[in-house]
Amino acid sequence: MRTYRADLHIHTLLSPCGDLSMSPANIISEALRRKLDIIGITDHNSTRQACLIGILGARNGLLVLRGAEVTTREEVHCLAFFENLHDLEVFQGYLDKNLPDIKNDPLIFGDQVVVNEEEDIIHTEEKLLINATEISIGELEAFVHERGGLFIPAHIDRLKNSVYSQLGFLPPDLNADALEISRRSTPEEFRRIHPEIKVYPLLTNSDAHYPEAVGAAFNLLEMEELSFGEIKMAVKGINGRRIKELC
Amino acid sequence: MKITDVISELGLKVVSGTGGLENEVTGGYVSDLLSDVIGNGREGNVWITLQAHHNIVAVASLKDIAAIIIVRGVQPDEETIKKSNQENIPLLSADEDTFTVAGKLYNMIRKK
Repeated sequence: MRTYRADLHIHTLLSPCGDLSMSPANIISEALRRKLDIIGITDHNSTRQACLIGILGARNGLLVLRGAEVTTREEVHCLAFFENLHDLEVFQGYLDKNLPDIKNDPLIFGDQVVVNEEEDIIHTEEKLLINATEISIGELEAFVHERGGLFIPAHIDRLKNSVYSQLGFLPPDLNADALEISRRSTPEEFRRIHPEIKVYPLLTNSDAHYPEAVGAAFNLLEMEELSFGEIKMAVKGINGRRIKELC
Repeated sequence: MKITDVISELGLKVVSGTGGLENEVTGGYVSDLLSDVIGNGREGNVWITLQAHHNIVAVASLKDIAAIIIVRGVQPDEETIKKSNQENIPLLSADEDTFTVAGKLYNMIRKK
């Protein structure tokens, strides 16, 4: 077994709140500088920048989990990742269909652009990405798991857009692969306040919106090799793989 | 004042939880954050929200909420309906928005 460093919650320049310096190349170089082995690309309600980062990551020995940070109908933020590109594409269609047709105002919310490797803008997302989708948290979970993905409610300790703020408590029937807590809480502390989360693995991530924040929080995963399947096993703690430590 | 009075005055549709239609109404509360309702909802309140997730029934039960009005015609999922029948907490549906429903309910309660 080897230990890998994983930061699974990173925004790019596509997110309106993501700094324009969060280009694919910059994210990769920051991730390498912070000695990360795995990064998760999670823009708000869009996967459109994740593909290129996956390609650049592969060239640099970095495993990139491609997904999004979805705002559910209840306004709960959840991370969703898919292993293969076909599922990611289907997921993108699902997001497009369920995001309300309300235009972004870049002056208020920020730019929403997709760039290529040369950092030329190849697409501008017109719809405001930080809106809530029409997808309920239960529907999202089912969609992700039908396609073998990973479903992780984000920053559950935060006072906004978290499962606790929006829904009061963790729905007992919610089949989460793990729960993400932000760096403001320690797992021990949060488990004491909410003993019901004991059955879930916890992860911590940077939720980076600018380059310096990439890798500011990460997880040590113990597993055999760099792959989506290995990460799934580590998160679930099976076949000797595990989440070793939150850093 | 009972839930049945609120239903007829506001022209609400009864979705489920008919076992609680005789619940006594003491006031109202408006919030879409369930964490806020856990903190600030009071016994006998009619709770107005656009949340339709089944956790609303558990929160209502915990706080002895008299009934839940879901606004703007948002449809609760099956699990929410099932739980409301189990807990006898009426789920009521309004086509109007939160502002309008809350205004009407406020006037109704004030007059009594």
